[in-house]
Amino acid sequence: MSQFRFRSPSALPGFGIAYGFTWIWLSVIVLIPLGAVVLWAASLGPAQIYAIASRPQTFAALRLSFGLSLAAAALNAVFGLIVAWVLTRYSFPGRRLLDAAVDLPFALPTAVAGIALAAIYAPNGWVGSLVPFRIAYTPLGIFVALVFIGLPFVVRTLQPVLADVDRELEEASATLGARRATTVFRIVLPTLVPPLLTGFALAFARAVGEYGSVIFIAGNIPGVSEIAPLLIITRLEQFDYAGATAVATIMLALSFVVLLIVNLTEAWTRRRLGRG
Amino acid sequence: MDLKIRDLHKDYGQFPALNGVSLDIRSGELIALLGPSGSGKTTLLRAIAGLEIPERGQILFGDEDALSKSVQERNVGFVFQHYALFRHMKVFDNIAFGLRVRGRARRPAEAEIAKKVRELLDLVQLSGLEARYPAQLSGGQRQRVALARALAIEPQVLLLDEPFGALDAQVRKELRRWLRAIHDETGHTTVFVTHDQDEALELADRVAVLNKGNIEQVGTPDDVYDRPETPFVYAFIGDSTSLPVTIEQGRALFEGSPLPIGAVDSPDGPSRIHIRPQDVTLANPDDAAVHGEIIGLRRSGAHRRADVCVGKARSRIEALLSPETDVSVGERVGLAFKGFAAYPQDPTPPKLGLARAA
Amino acid sequence: MADAAPPSSPTSESPAARLALIAVAVIFLGFFLFLPLIAVFTEALRNGVGAYLAAFDDPDTISAIKLTVLVAAIAVPLNLVFGLAASWAIAKFEFKGKSLLLTLIDLPFSVSPVVSGMCYVLLFGGQGYFGKWLQSHDLQIIFALPGIVLATVFVTFPFVARELIPLMQEQGTSEEEAALSLGARGFRTFWSVTLPNVRWALLYGVLLCNARAMGEFGAVSVVSGHLRGLTNTVPLQVEILYNDYNFVAAFAVASVLAGLGLVTLAIKTGLEWRYGDEISAAHRR
Repeated sequence: MSQFRFRSPSALPGFGIAYGFTWIWLSVIVLIPLGAVVLWAASLGPAQIYAIASRPQTFAALRLSFGLSLAAAALNAVFGLIVAWVLTRYSFPGRRLLDAAVDLPFALPTAVAGIALAAIYAPNGWVGSLVPFRIAYTPLGIFVALVFIGLPFVVRTLQPVLADVDRELEEASATLGARRATTVFRIVLPTLVPPLLTGFALAFARAVGEYGSVIFIAGNIPGVSEIAPLLIITRLEQFDYAGATAVATIMLALSFVVLLIVNLTEAWTRRRLGRG
Repeated sequence: MDLKIRDLHKDYGQFPALNGVSLDIRSGELIALLGPSGSGKTTLLRAIAGLEIPERGQILFGDEDALSKSVQERNVGFVFQHYALFRHMKVFDNIAFGLRVRGRARRPAEAEIAKKVRELLDLVQLSGLEARYPAQLSGGQRQRVALARALAIEPQVLLLDEPFGALDAQVRKELRRWLRAIHDETGHTTVFVTHDQDEALELADRVAVLNKGNIEQVGTPDDVYDRPETPFVYAFIGDSTSLPVTIEQGRALFEGSPLPIGAVDSPDGPSRIHIRPQDVTLANPDDAAVHGEIIGLRRSGAHRRADVCVGKARSRIEALLSPETDVSVGERVGLAFKGFAAYPQDPTPPKLGLARAA
Repeated sequence: MADAAPPSSPTSESPAARLALIAVAVIFLGFFLFLPLIAVFTEALRNGVGAYLAAFDDPDTISAIKLTVLVAAIAVPLNLVFGLAASWAIAKFEFKGKSLLLTLIDLPFSVSPVVSGMCYVLLFGGQGYFGKWLQSHDLQIIFALPGIVLATVFVTFPFVARELIPLMQEQGTSEEEAALSLGARGFRTFWSVTLPNVRWALLYGVLLCNARAMGEFGAVSVVSGHLRGLTNTVPLQVEILYNDYNFVAAFAVASVLAGLGLVTLAIKTGLEWRYGDEISAAHRR
């Protein structure tokens, strides 16, 4: 006869109060407020949300946010892999400084990063004055900011996995006659696919919702360089709660779909890899 | 393919892993590198493969200088202790890997590769499992895939690092016999590393015993067991205990009185004689030259082991008795020795603790 | 090939390939990480130290700094207490639904800061669920201190808990059980056994929580109302100065936040080097 037991017995005291407090505080700060968003979205209904989303300005903002976030996460996947590889496998002067610096986008407040990037990539800035095309105040500028904000996710997800890669696999490949490049591309990189996907997903999720580091460099021209989070703020300032909720709901739904695809792919590769 | 290793040196920082090792490996033989951990046996194996670059010395594959070749060019089959199977590849692709990564000129056609892989799967008795991933195999099956993968490249020499180390006792015995059979069938020159003396003695044609980066002795299993050349080999292979003695003109004196063990071929001076437990017999205390007190009795398989405390220094001698022997702890007994080995006293006497604890 | 010198290591790239990869990594990080950091300080000091310091004479800036410190001083202790309670319940006890609870605690990390602010507007804003009620009682949450604090608590919610939980799970319960068996009361056990074991991770979590609380922009921007001298935090003040084309002042104020970020990063890196295993293997994110 199996009996449902909520918790295993323990000699330690204080479970009830700690557990209760956790749920109450979680509800007050996170669950009830997010519940309000869900309630608003539910009261709008799918038809109205769709109507709002298909307005040209909303549609353009969503397309811009998702397109650039995917592109920035993809670029970060490539360069993040190189950075993680270099930081984990090579020793060279300044490596530890470089390693610590990877966390800068976490440590620097987004508004600070935003105005700094805007200053560098503005037409008269350090980088902006060197290139023959405009970066700041165009979608390209948004892309630059999203790369900045997403970089640590890929590097920090890859590093521990890369450090744990069994060197014997590479040695085995070498004894079987594989050249170094063959070993890297056919033996090492396939084992890095799951963490690479995780890092990609984290960088993407962060980029879609990012606001502070983007708005200064974006230009914010409706239909051209206006990102979805900015559109939410604009709607709220117009007291158009329905419009804001609709944009937020679609953002969350689309993010969820992308993350679901990434997670399923990752789970599938991981299951196939198993334990060798 | 015979291998010649000449005066090989390899340091890890301050600590020498190989201290001028020389070894001749005959074509087609199965040789074991046996030693405790840190003896340099795995370093030697990896140096042959090209996975470690020695500071000094020479490795010849036949007449070819192997050290000028990279690991990829040496064409050795290496079986790793934990198999190092590529877990994102099926069994088939693991075995085919070494053939598929060859340069275009030397790469067999895919149909030929498939045929070769099937043959190997048959050889290692894994036919039907080619579509599995390594994660779906048992430890013994993975071991056999690793071996098939190494054999696929038709290696000049087959190297195995602790091939049975990660398996449980039952599978280990079975695979041991099976590896010997495969070796006899394929005839590859094979070197394997082990710290398990039973494995080395049972499986190998010859055994090289390593200690602290040096080769102590190379010989057949009978040679190293019956005619150990150094105190280390005597202590490491089989069980033994020892007594401090003084040698005077071919006679061994224990605490001043001569031991009735005949002539000792050892220079005069302080020395140790080593005795295997099965060479110790109990005698009447009144007739024997060596007396002791039984301080412990243990049952060990088909025998009974007795710890006997001997002389003023209370040296411990172990005796292997038949279980019917009627003795008890605390009893005074005399000891006689059927066989022994004497080695001049080392500043640091050989550590008997290294001997297998049965 | 046969006469080529043997490679230095059989399982590493050639020196040329290494150098190229290191160069790519350094240039990439230089462009995206170091350049913005240098830009902050260069722009702030563009017109000399005098102009830099003058930026802090602005009463609006001073009140923004005061507000930010006040918000952090409320939000960080709240999340510290929550983090301790949550990690005690989750790490030291076995119960059903644990992974759901863990996921919910991490939720604020996966919500856009703008949406974090928005959910409070939907609750307490003029057209929100409690908007009418609040107005009739003359209470203000949105565009006032309570809203800013709520939004800050929301975005920094998981920081302390997620540093403590993996470490406390790793450490298990045997030390607490030993203390109890020796006669210590529950609170005494927590104070003298559990807390000392997690002190570095706790410091680490509080540091990250504080840095984020002081630097949060998006969520606070939604609920603050941008009333100069009243509801502007430091990051919002940076935005206002920047949009007023007062670049030197904007970057001067930003440099304080950047300095805070750098100090946090330095202490965090130091803690990782010095007490890596006492912060738990799961700390990297």
